[in-house]
Amino acid sequence: MDRVASKNRKSSVALLLNCVTQWLKDNLGIIIALVVLCLILSLNPITKNTFLTVKNIFNVLRQISTNLFLACGMTMVIILGGIDLSVGSIIALSGCLAAGAVVRYNLPLGVALLVGVLFGLVFGVFNGFVISKTTIPPFIVTLATMNIAKGLAYVYTGGSPVRVVTKEWQFIGAGYIGSVPTPVIILIVVLIVTALIMNKSKMGRYIYAVGGNAQAAVFSGIKVSKVKFFVYAYSGVMAGLAGIVLASRMYSGQPTAGEGAEMDAIAAVVVGGTSMSGGYGKIGGTLIGGLIIGVLNNGLNLLNVNSFWQYVIKGAVILLAVFIDYIRQENKDKVKIEKNRFSN
Amino acid sequence: MGDWLATNVLLQMKNIHKTFPGVYALKAVDFELRAGEVHAILGENGAGKSTLIKVLGGIYTADQGEIYIEGKKVEIKNVKDAQKNGISIIHQELVLVPYMTVAENIFLGREPMKGKFVNTSKMYEDAQQLIDSHGININAKSLVRNLTIAQQQMVEILKAISYNSKILVMDEPTSSISEKEVEFLFETMRNLTAKGVGIIYISHRMSELAEICDRVTVMRDGSYIGTKVVKETTNDELISMMVGRELKNYYTRDFQKDGEVILKCENISDHKMVKSASFEVKKGEIVGFAGLVGAGRSEVMKCLFGLTKEYSGEIYIEGKKVKIKSPSDAIKQGIAMVPEDRKLEGLYHIQSVRFNSTIEVLKEFIKGIMVDRQKEEEITQKYIDLMSTKTPSAEQSVGKLSGGNQQKVMIGRWLATNPRILILDEPTRGVDVGAKSEIYAIMNTLAKSGMSIIMISSEMPELINMSDRVYVMCEGRITGCLGHEEITQEKIMKLAAK
Repeated sequence: MDRVASKNRKSSVALLLNCVTQWLKDNLGIIIALVVLCLILSLNPITKNTFLTVKNIFNVLRQISTNLFLACGMTMVIILGGIDLSVGSIIALSGCLAAGAVVRYNLPLGVALLVGVLFGLVFGVFNGFVISKTTIPPFIVTLATMNIAKGLAYVYTGGSPVRVVTKEWQFIGAGYIGSVPTPVIILIVVLIVTALIMNKSKMGRYIYAVGGNAQAAVFSGIKVSKVKFFVYAYSGVMAGLAGIVLASRMYSGQPTAGEGAEMDAIAAVVVGGTSMSGGYGKIGGTLIGGLIIGVLNNGLNLLNVNSFWQYVIKGAVILLAVFIDYIRQENKDKVKIEKNRFSN
Repeated sequence: MGDWLATNVLLQMKNIHKTFPGVYALKAVDFELRAGEVHAILGENGAGKSTLIKVLGGIYTADQGEIYIEGKKVEIKNVKDAQKNGISIIHQELVLVPYMTVAENIFLGREPMKGKFVNTSKMYEDAQQLIDSHGININAKSLVRNLTIAQQQMVEILKAISYNSKILVMDEPTSSISEKEVEFLFETMRNLTAKGVGIIYISHRMSELAEICDRVTVMRDGSYIGTKVVKETTNDELISMMVGRELKNYYTRDFQKDGEVILKCENISDHKMVKSASFEVKKGEIVGFAGLVGAGRSEVMKCLFGLTKEYSGEIYIEGKKVKIKSPSDAIKQGIAMVPEDRKLEGLYHIQSVRFNSTIEVLKEFIKGIMVDRQKEEEITQKYIDLMSTKTPSAEQSVGKLSGGNQQKVMIGRWLATNPRILILDEPTRGVDVGAKSEIYAIMNTLAKSGMSIIMISSEMPELINMSDRVYVMCEGRITGCLGHEEITQEKIMKLAAK
């Protein structure tokens, strides 16, 4: 019995170490890319005094938090073999509704925030319902809800921002807990929750199963529509959360907020190594993907690069990161296949 | 075999070597194909058959060795070279474009032109002529997706012939077509050999050898073992050449007598294919389901397993009437089902053996977010051992295992649910001889321990040697039931073609 107990203790430490080394190994390519990016910025004479400061690092993390909220939901959606284009517009709608709840109806802050997240959930549930009950492609369904959410945001606000000036309002997006920005704390919680769902729960396995082979999942007795429903609902909640955090950071709900945010989220997921054809991917990779995009944005700003050119550079870097990963995987697969073809 | 054959050597491969990092895939392999013969290559998965074919087809280049075509030495460095030398390969997986017509597929990449545009009318004319000249009944204008698998295979063959190929390689062409269609395929093959084409034929089905093949070459572990004239050899000799040892008890079966009835289905109809099917299964029995492809065998099981929701009829398990409206209902009743097409309906290819083995029993080791890794590994290992699955580790992607080992993972996955009734749909399709024999032995052990097994199969020897009883289906109806002593191929065929 003693041996078993000590083995258990040892194995839990070993397991954690295992997880970390596995994470490093899985994401080696993009981690190197991230480190190189950071090195360039901390050695460059223009940015070396500004980049590697606590203030700037927290600033970067605060900025990427919205993208990573979306990316957490998007990782699940893409592993499931789907796509969710509606999240950017949900940001705008939920931000505006939350701000409106405070300004127009004098509702308490907690209720307002709940309203924001709830509308994210409503849209996610709607996406999930249509996608799981029909065979309409997720691309089309979420393209439609993207327009609906955006339109509703404009209708509600009449096209102009809903300003909120209270101090409490800013706490969520622009405030601090201790010396750490609030969104960063929320982000850590969201990342942990998402990682637990994906790696530890039955639902997580089902997501990989449905994404890997939907028909096999049916034969396995997995309730495929339930899994789809959950994933899109989760993505909607993440978008709602991103919406209130962003609105808080900008002191207002804006109908133009979150435009193109769905694409940044997809970029983070894909740079993080998740397969667009579904069935494969890790939330740890998405974290790195989001960091790369965030650091890149920050660095280009610090370097005073023309904002038009920033798009060009960002696009090139995304392609490069995915390309490096592609080559690495290709080589790994080749070696593995040739080794295994005859061993069994 | 006429004497003229001996002088008409079409293809010679001499002393072919091929290595991959760390593995010797082909060791000094010799092969000879004569004009007008069908030459089978036999061997277990991993014996090197497909590597040899890929060397011939220009997908791999040999490290060493020579290839002669009609006595002339040729270099085959890529697929184009192979085509130039009149070699066509029909792969196991069909590679036609489903939303294009038959003619478009045949002439893909070399369409007849009229100036800058495709000469559509000529293309259809030529294609129809080609089809008719081989006595095949297909319209050149039909979409490939509307054809049956066998017809699609015909299109593949026609495409190959239209390149004026002298050497045709067929990789398991009969693995997914019905008996009747096989007849038709064989007829086409005979027509081709009469015209002097040499056909290399790869198949796991021993029963087809005598029917269609002239000679057979056996390979094992990348080496050439020997070549035999089919008429002068026996199945037992070939099997022992393939596995390198005498395979005693290829079929293991201790037949059961009269257990209690555990499953009773009455008047099952799915309003599409299945018409009022009634049958029962006893404890510890292996019940075969025979019939042609499309007879409705899989469809009955889909009702029983809850995959088809709109069906009528009653299901009784241990005398109690049960409602099965979804696979999870069926699983709760202790029913398990290993589907016919494990690639499409069974495996999570990029996931590990562990993931694939445990997906049905997650609740045994996942409670909320607490995962008992040790338990998970124990379960995985238990079924790797029980099925004697050959895998480098439990973390290996299941897609990279051989067909036999994939099937073992599939069966193991369902055994983990501890079922009372195990449905196996074509349990040995695409599985090599050694693994087949192992699967039979496991089925016997399971039945002896009291599990009831329903086995849908298109392989007569399997049905005859493994089943306590066989139900035969034809056009959605059960047309008869044969006890173990009375099962013969003739009786089954008579009932299947009623």
